Amino acid sequence: MSARDQVLAAIRRSLGVTGNEVARNATIDDRLRRAPKGVIPARGQLAAEERIALFTTMAEKVSATVARVADAVALPEAVAAYVRAHNLPAAVRTGGDALFTGLPWQDTHIEVRHGAARDDDKVGLSHAFAGVAESGTVMLASGADNPTTINFLPEVHVVALGADDVVGDYEAAWDKLRAAVGKGHMPRTVNMVTGPSRSGDIEQTILLGAHGPRRLHIIVVG
Amino acid sequence: MDIASPAFKASAYRALHDAHLQQALGHIRTGFIDKRAAAIAALPEFEALRQSARDIKNHTLAHLDLYLEAYEEKVREAGGEVHYAATAEEARALVLNICQQAGARTVTKGKSMIAEEIDLNEHLAANGIEPVETDLGEYIIQLRHEPPSHIIAPAVHVTKDQVEAEFRRAHTSLPPGRDLTEPSALLGEARALLRQRFLAADVGITGANFLIAETGTSVIVTNEGNGDLTQTLPRVHIVLATIEKITPTLDDVSQILRLLSRSATGQDMAVYTTLSTGPRRPGDPDGPEVYHVVILDNGRSAVIGTEFQDMLRCIRCGACMNHCPVYQAVGGHAYGWVYSGPMGAVLTPMLVGIDKAGQLPNASSFCGRCEAVCPMQIPLPRMMRHWREREFERRLSPATYRWGLGLWAFVARRPRLYRVATQLAVAVLGALARGKGRFRRLPLAGGWTGHRDLPAPQGRTFQQMWSTRSRP
Repeated sequence: MSARDQVLAAIRRSLGVTGNEVARNATIDDRLRRAPKGVIPARGQLAAEERIALFTTMAEKVSATVARVADAVALPEAVAAYVRAHNLPAAVRTGGDALFTGLPWQDTHIEVRHGAARDDDKVGLSHAFAGVAESGTVMLASGADNPTTINFLPEVHVVALGADDVVGDYEAAWDKLRAAVGKGHMPRTVNMVTGPSRSGDIEQTILLGAHGPRRLHIIVVG
Repeated sequence: MDIASPAFKASAYRALHDAHLQQALGHIRTGFIDKRAAAIAALPEFEALRQSARDIKNHTLAHLDLYLEAYEEKVREAGGEVHYAATAEEARALVLNICQQAGARTVTKGKSMIAEEIDLNEHLAANGIEPVETDLGEYIIQLRHEPPSHIIAPAVHVTKDQVEAEFRRAHTSLPPGRDLTEPSALLGEARALLRQRFLAADVGITGANFLIAETGTSVIVTNEGNGDLTQTLPRVHIVLATIEKITPTLDDVSQILRLLSRSATGQDMAVYTTLSTGPRRPGDPDGPEVYHVVILDNGRSAVIGTEFQDMLRCIRCGACMNHCPVYQAVGGHAYGWVYSGPMGAVLTPMLVGIDKAGQLPNASSFCGRCEAVCPMQIPLPRMMRHWREREFERRLSPATYRWGLGLWAFVARRPRLYRVATQLAVAVLGALARGKGRFRRLPLAGGWTGHRDLPAPQGRTFQQMWSTRSRP
């Protein structure tokens, strides 16, 4: 008997089932198909502008910084201003996200590098598919457009987030993702990021900048 | 690791007299308890979420075989491989085999209690593969050759000065005169050194907080980002998980996520919650080329359907240990194995046997705080009592304890004898106290009076007083 069969048989013995019960199979099929929502905190159930305000408050509470621009055309200057203000090298690592292509990067001093992040990259730029107001979380999906390493290797992570993509709760973000990639499917990696990296492992004192970015800067677009 | 749980009493005694440990344990209140209370007070739905999460886990356990099969199919669809291990030994062999197939020389590791449970590091090292712990706390205890003393803060027993001493001893390539007085300097040093290990590793091993049946996804929850570098940079990613980590859907996971970080560290959300599904996709510029999941049973399936099943709802937040007066006093190492505090007192006998871990369910004052703070509403005190019963039934408890209980039971079953005996005892003790109202010392009760006085009875038993009062 394979280890797999052995483990499943042991579970079935304890449950007193065979695994062929029609009702049990129907129950799990139903739950997986419907994905019922449970308790959703009232906190994030707000109109669009209040939702963005809550998102900003919550993100700032966990030491992220939040800026806002009117449209994508203003992004390069917003990134350049941030880079200047923090004395960072004028180079940004990013994937091939459509939001960033065709923007007037040439009007800034920023050099845009494409592809997966490298150890010596100081600033990474990603496009989040959702922001969650209840906890100030940004959600990023991996792919050629947004390589996962950009979220972790550079010291500073800048995230662009569409104002329309700010939702109240995680469940609403999953619905957005399901609409994009199909129910039951996932990008290889989804990162839910709430503030910059930190550790409390030395005497339970929180220090920012453990292994991931020391700073997280979110630019709300729109 | 060897199971030192039978030596609990001696270890606890040493822990109580360890000045470094007592200093370190003092950080639990500000670091965990106060922050948790504030985070929960800010979420009115917390109690409703606890019930929702409990129901999700109960439902999942009742259909665990089917959800495992559904999960497996989804992982395969995404190009990953699922392996099962009935025992710790099988899990070790599976992981080693994957590492050897990959020609691995070093593996980086995210924090995984399952890896501790199966002694993975020792096994890899014995076979010529170097395991590198990358969570700061795990890194510290790996340098100190110690097991974790807390499930989410493995180095909670270590003071800053001890970390500095350890870094100076281990990091010999760095200038000896460097300034490490600030905790941020220690963190910076670990960050720089471990960054090189992340980039050089052949295999990354992480645990999993959840396995999602809907999508075939494994989830890790961290603050440092080490788990993400561990699983993103090397060519091979191995996920180590146990059967009860299965959760049906993304929505179900979201319910439990709202409880996890609040209960653990008082954060609304940990910094990084990462969902991984299979290896890198065509066109992906990064991510592992190979993705394996090893699902371990190690005795858990046998617990389903017993009075200990509720323990399988545990999400490893550590709230029970943070709030436990016994854990706060002696720390995690006294418990003698991987898991400590109330959850360890219930889980350890499940995994290693009550004959080896019988001391642990006895190391409780049954104050009930663990159950009160458990986000998954696990009745920890009740289960500790079940273990005490099993221990008694199997005649594993000490003779004096059994003899004492037997004597008490004999008297308690005979009401007239009970009344006479208690009246006599109360009268004699009351007279002996000679008006001082307390005893500094008592024969046969030195352990009790060693730390406090025994208040003397005042001459009448509770039953005597009750019968006077209830008279109309």
